[in-house]
Amino acid sequence: MIALLLILIPLVSGLVTFLLRSERDAKSWSLFSSILTLAVALAGVYNLFDASQLSYDATWLPSLGTRFSIGLDGMSKMLCLLNAIAYPIVFASVYNNSYRRPNSFYAFMLLMQTGFMGVFLSTDCLLFYFFWELALIPAYFLCSSWGGERRIQVTFKFFIYTFVGSLLMLVGILYLYFKTPDHSFALQSFYHTKLSLTEENFLFWLFFIAFAIKMPIFPFHTWQPDTYEQTTTAVTMILSGVMVKMGLYGVIRWLVPLFPHAAANYSHLVIILCVIGMLYASLIAIRQDDLKRLIAYSSIAHIGLMCAAIFTSQEVGMQGVMIQMFNHGVNIIGLWIVADVIENQLGTRKFSELGGLAQRAPTLAILLMIMALANVALPLTNAFIGEFMMFNGLFRYNIWITAIAMISMILAVVYTLNMVQKIFYGNTTVATDGATDITTGAKLMLIVVVIVVVVLGVYPQPMFQLTNDTVQAVLIKFHP
Amino acid sequence: MNAIILSAVFGVVMMLCSFMVKNRNSIKHIASVLLLILLILNIADTYGRTLFLINTYGMLNFDRFGYLFNSIAIGSTFIYVVISGKDIESLGKYAAEYFTLIFFVLCGAALLSSYSNLLTLFLGIEILSIPLYILTGSDKRNMKSNEAALKYFLMGSFSTGVMLMGIALTYGGTGTFSLEVTRTGNGLYKNLASFLEILGLLLLLAALAFKVSAAPFHFWAPDVYDGAPSVFTSFMATIVKAAGFIAFFKLCVVRMTETSGVVDWKLIFAIITFSTLLIGNITAVFQQSVKRMLAYSSIAQAGFMLFALMSLNDVAGEGILFYSVAYSLATIGLFATLVKMKDYTYDGYNGLAKTQPVLAATNTIFLLSLAGIPLTAGFFAKYYMLASVLKTGTYTWLVIAGVLFAAISVYYYFRLIQAMYFKEGNSAVTEEISSSFKTGVILLAALIILIGIFPSLILNWLYF
Repeated sequence: MIALLLILIPLVSGLVTFLLRSERDAKSWSLFSSILTLAVALAGVYNLFDASQLSYDATWLPSLGTRFSIGLDGMSKMLCLLNAIAYPIVFASVYNNSYRRPNSFYAFMLLMQTGFMGVFLSTDCLLFYFFWELALIPAYFLCSSWGGERRIQVTFKFFIYTFVGSLLMLVGILYLYFKTPDHSFALQSFYHTKLSLTEENFLFWLFFIAFAIKMPIFPFHTWQPDTYEQTTTAVTMILSGVMVKMGLYGVIRWLVPLFPHAAANYSHLVIILCVIGMLYASLIAIRQDDLKRLIAYSSIAHIGLMCAAIFTSQEVGMQGVMIQMFNHGVNIIGLWIVADVIENQLGTRKFSELGGLAQRAPTLAILLMIMALANVALPLTNAFIGEFMMFNGLFRYNIWITAIAMISMILAVVYTLNMVQKIFYGNTTVATDGATDITTGAKLMLIVVVIVVVVLGVYPQPMFQLTNDTVQAVLIKFHP
Repeated sequence: MNAIILSAVFGVVMMLCSFMVKNRNSIKHIASVLLLILLILNIADTYGRTLFLINTYGMLNFDRFGYLFNSIAIGSTFIYVVISGKDIESLGKYAAEYFTLIFFVLCGAALLSSYSNLLTLFLGIEILSIPLYILTGSDKRNMKSNEAALKYFLMGSFSTGVMLMGIALTYGGTGTFSLEVTRTGNGLYKNLASFLEILGLLLLLAALAFKVSAAPFHFWAPDVYDGAPSVFTSFMATIVKAAGFIAFFKLCVVRMTETSGVVDWKLIFAIITFSTLLIGNITAVFQQSVKRMLAYSSIAQAGFMLFALMSLNDVAGEGILFYSVAYSLATIGLFATLVKMKDYTYDGYNGLAKTQPVLAATNTIFLLSLAGIPLTAGFFAKYYMLASVLKTGTYTWLVIAGVLFAAISVYYYFRLIQAMYFKEGNSAVTEEISSSFKTGVILLAALIILIGIFPSLILNWLYF
């Protein structure tokens, strides 16, 4: 029931939002709905109900061998929680912004949440594909309707990229389906399908490209900086905080367990691609003059590390990925909130036009500083645990690759501190002269994010316990 | 049997209506009621309640597959007449004629879905085509319409000729017109007979490929679809094309499977499929007129349906029926709106979401369905086509090429969504959009989504 509610609440409330007339109604209704989802997700995570409530299974298309079956295990719980937490934070922090056609805006946001929930919950591959695509359609409308000048072309590129990937995945899914002994799309029958090594290698790439585009991994990343820059910040928060986790989730849930031999086979290549991406994105981030682009590139670097850590097939690395998926989601939303505050108040995101903001907005400066330190994974922030474990896994895999990947850590400090310095210190400029400190709403949300950052930085144990079962299940596939 | 005889009878009834019914506005209502009766009687026929017990001497063979296709064709025509009836009516002075011709086309389609003899195949194709030549040229004062009709007629008669030669050659090879052949294979003439049959089948293939606008026999399609009055393009590109595919599929299932030892039909179809997809999709990208884009998109969609002719298994059979439904419904909806537009170019659609939110929203669903996005009927249509080829275990490269072309198709379908939603402009419609028209397209869009969630609604008819 819980699993079903997690999908139904955003779906129904999203459809209702289309009908709401006034902006206030749309805002408060969607905020209410997202808080309700969060409550349900928390109930699921803390096992308030017995285990039978965590999954749901109904007949859908028996002739095709697909069922509407959804269920929560450790990783699903964690990602559903991330999805459920992200939405209220985003809605509350942009509560004072106004959007054209607000009812459609909030409706598409909630429908997108439905898609994410479905992806994280599905235990049937066709259903998974359904939700995978469903998340994309609202994203397309959100990115094309609200945002910067070049949004339409940029979104188009984003859409075609991801659509190509998912169609290739569909071919892979169908191929696997005909290989299953009982002609079924269920996750378990997929897991029990015997494949030859050639087939594994071939199917691996069909799936991997879809996930690599979504994450994104070098060289499939080119849609990402443009899209993040052009879309309106509320949408960017969701795309970078939650949507990219779909790719990582897909790798852990589907790609690696289904094709363990191919994954071991190509792990070297994938990890090298990831490391190239990390260095490349970090170097570009240093040269950026635009706050949003900088965060976008820094996100590519972080995701690259997570993907690399999965392919090391080390337990410690995998644990690190799990916790880092959650942390990255929370942290990047925090950074975007700051970007949104700055852009809304000062009308610019260019470092060259900013400066001296700390004198005008001291609270914002402190909060951003904490977020920035989390971004460079300083100890006591949540990202430290995750990155430490991931590098640990990578180190056990190969020392040299780790050494090279570590350079990106240094580069991260360079661009992050550079960003803080350019925005907050130095002399005030024309743009920042009249700035005031942030509003209570945004401040409150940033404080929530900062609390999560610190609490999980000091005491990450609950997160490990939550996702341990998934980690063990995946590792068994890797090392039978 | 009901469908074949009654559609011809109803065609005659509509003819009588043209001078018996004084009130012009009621003609389309009569036509839709007759279509509904036809649909019900065809469904009754499916369950063995036929009105006519006629011995066809093996010329016709009725099975679930054919009945289901008849229901699909009649049902789609019903929806088409309900939504676009007013536009058909306003096309010329004698509206009843158009409905007459539509009924005759349905008669041809019903023959094609149940033929078991090459002569009935020929009859069906002719009964289907001749009314279409007239419908194409029905906009008498428009030179483009005249040109299209003439072009279609000349090329169409040529392909009919080719088809007849093909039938004659296969007769020479097998000694019978019937679809199912018992090959005796007595020594001396065996090679010659087999050679004649193959040659005949190749000619038949060319003629039928012409009818379904598969490359390299597709050249007529864009001009004819563009020149014909838009309401009839809708009919031609959907129901008629689907009927052609059903005929083609029935021929392939029997004859191509039997002779697959001699000729690698799969390879031939793979090449045809690939080139159809290539030409349809790539050319559609460069179109500025939405009508022409839809013409090329119908070639591209035909490319997808050709997957079924290549794989020829049970999934393909279900798939081709499902594809007919999904593709026809979406295209009928798009054309219904197109007819109302003042300007047929992409720019003419700019800002439609502001002026006509209902039309823009429903058109978006139709376009998503054509692009094959989940939750719409088009997704399962593509799903079945890809699955049918993957089931055979060969030609995986063609499937991958197919999905890449599907991604290209997103480009031109979504350009229209962009124009409607994200571009500024004041798109104009020719007349006030009536609320009954709006209800019609909304119901059509709802139907597409319903079938997209439960495709078994259609396919269960095959088995129960």
